[in-house]
Amino acid sequence: MDRRDFLKVGLGSSLLLMADGLDAFAGEFGGGEFYGVLVDTTRCIGCRRCELACAKAHNLPIPDVSDKSVFDHYRDTSPTQWTVVNKFKTEKGYVFAKRQCMHCVQPACVAACLVKALVKHDTGQVTWNPRCMGCRTCMYSCPFDVPKFEFNTPTPTIEKCNLCYERFKEGKIPACVEACPQEALIFGTRRELLQEAHYRIHEYPDRYYPYIYGNREVGGTCYMYLSPVPFDQIGFRIDLGTKAFPEYTTGFLYAVCQVLVLWPAAMLGFYTATHMNSKKKKEDNE
Amino acid sequence: MNGARTPEIRSFGDFVSFFLSELKPRGKLITPFNVISLPIMIIGLILIVIRLVKGLGAVTNLSNQFPWGLWIGFDVITGVAFAGGAYTLCFIVYILNVEKYHSIVRATVLNGLLAYMFYAGAIFLDIGRWWNIYNPMIGNKFGVQAVLFLVAWHFLLYMIAEAVEFSPTVAEWLGLKRVRKILSGMTIGAVVAGVFLSTLHQSALGALALMTKGKLHPLWFTEFIPLLFFVSSIFGGLSMVIFEGSITHKVFHFKLSQDKIKAYGDILAGLSRICAGAMLAYLLLKLLVLAHTHAWHYLNTPWGYWYLFEVVGLTFVPMLIFIAGARSKNNLAIRAAAMLTLLGVMLNRLNHVFIAYKWYIPLSQRYYPSIGEIIVTLTIIFAEVWVFRWIVHRMPVLEGPPAWAKEEVEE
Repeated sequence: MDRRDFLKVGLGSSLLLMADGLDAFAGEFGGGEFYGVLVDTTRCIGCRRCELACAKAHNLPIPDVSDKSVFDHYRDTSPTQWTVVNKFKTEKGYVFAKRQCMHCVQPACVAACLVKALVKHDTGQVTWNPRCMGCRTCMYSCPFDVPKFEFNTPTPTIEKCNLCYERFKEGKIPACVEACPQEALIFGTRRELLQEAHYRIHEYPDRYYPYIYGNREVGGTCYMYLSPVPFDQIGFRIDLGTKAFPEYTTGFLYAVCQVLVLWPAAMLGFYTATHMNSKKKKEDNE
Repeated sequence: MNGARTPEIRSFGDFVSFFLSELKPRGKLITPFNVISLPIMIIGLILIVIRLVKGLGAVTNLSNQFPWGLWIGFDVITGVAFAGGAYTLCFIVYILNVEKYHSIVRATVLNGLLAYMFYAGAIFLDIGRWWNIYNPMIGNKFGVQAVLFLVAWHFLLYMIAEAVEFSPTVAEWLGLKRVRKILSGMTIGAVVAGVFLSTLHQSALGALALMTKGKLHPLWFTEFIPLLFFVSSIFGGLSMVIFEGSITHKVFHFKLSQDKIKAYGDILAGLSRICAGAMLAYLLLKLLVLAHTHAWHYLNTPWGYWYLFEVVGLTFVPMLIFIAGARSKNNLAIRAAAMLTLLGVMLNRLNHVFIAYKWYIPLSQRYYPSIGEIIVTLTIIFAEVWVFRWIVHRMPVLEGPPAWAKEEVEE
């Protein structure tokens, strides 16, 4: 148990069941910075080597990346495919875009999990832990529908991209980034990636649609995207808003403490008021 | 049936022999209910085994697009709303001191307790890694920032509170006079705890939907979902009390004195008025939310009609029937209104879980409950009814406390 967890348990286990403050998600905690990936879809050629590298790195079934027929239909990630490349027909021709966990700065899945099976690390990665009880509230809550569940086994797990956390700890960059022949993926701190993205948009205004997806969406994500066309043309939701998802529940969680203190007090008041009369009646009868 | 014998229980051995003698079935064995429910329960048990051996996909239609279905949506979330009658009635009787409803408290609390045990217990079947279910309790990481953490703890604590509320009845059944005295002294504490726990977890079930922004249809998504869930649990729960009462009064007619049957008409009319009041508050809230979220323009779409069916057809209309039924003391109308209201609350909960959830997904790829999911749901309902019937047959639930316990209250 690290210091943060200790503090959180100390605050929370008082059974007041109150929110321990969403500042637990703040990226700068402990002086670290969030790492992430910038996807430049103008450079992606749809070779799917990121899919292959991901499968190899995580012992998933090896995909046949020479098969281009997969681009005929939109594909979602699955328990055995943590990242997939899709092809979109846009106003500027075909654009390829890779899909995986966005590693939100303030993830809905982490806020939704009642056993902290989903963890947001100080360095940005969102990973899953087997203490999970399989309630699937993370899936119900994720704005990008990323966590995937194994429905056909008695011992299911939640599967999703972990931004190669195990490789990160060994000082290596994510497998997909390493495998990309086009440098369409770059790994770095979120701050560096934003600088780079702003620079590219500024330097090549004809090449890019002037927007960084993931900069502000749902409070910001560690995976960020550049695109030649508006993002709804390459399969992104542009209606998610900029409010971090856990903040939707803070109002309720703060109200919990108020109800907890005021409601029993009010009931005691009602009880005294209503029973004073009946006591009086009894005395009068006597 | 106040003549039921009171056992003399002095040792654990006495208890075991008394309990074994009580296990024997009472009443007719072949009834329409038994004939229908028994085969379904047997199939349900087989399906539960299949689910545990092969995984959720073998029995349910759940998918990665629709992670929550009938088992969470109906068994747990709707079931808990239907069990809301227990805390509402306890509040009215014990806190507000309205003696009129005292006679139906026991049956309602028993029903609430069993509902939590069976329906919330159904969560065992739905969660994929059920062997970890104790993790939020033992502190293998407390996810205190999660709404579901609050729900889990509150379920547990509320079941204890309801067990305490019901425990004097069990003591009366066993003839334990001293124990009964201690337990009934704890009732008011359990009621206060039960009411605020219910306030919080009824609304928390709604708060689960707060992070579905963009996925839940804008007509349903609002910051006020928790408040709406809380208010609707009041009339949903009381409608269940009316519905359950109408059945138990028929089946256990022989247990009720003439006075009680006469007074019941008054109770029904009173419950209808409370329901109608809560429904009016709910509808006004719904109207405010609609204005606040600027969702008017969705009303004239297919989803708008579906929304109006829920809000007008299954909330506003039954409210009017409740008012009319209470005025004319028409029990049939009141029962019809209760059933419509239950349907409305169920639809509301299912809308949040899978119907209006991801409303943009075409019909062909949508989730609908499988036969297996429906059979397992029925199995859980029937099992609850069997246990309810077993207890009502044996314990002084409907007829009120036996003579010796009444004397004690007078003192």
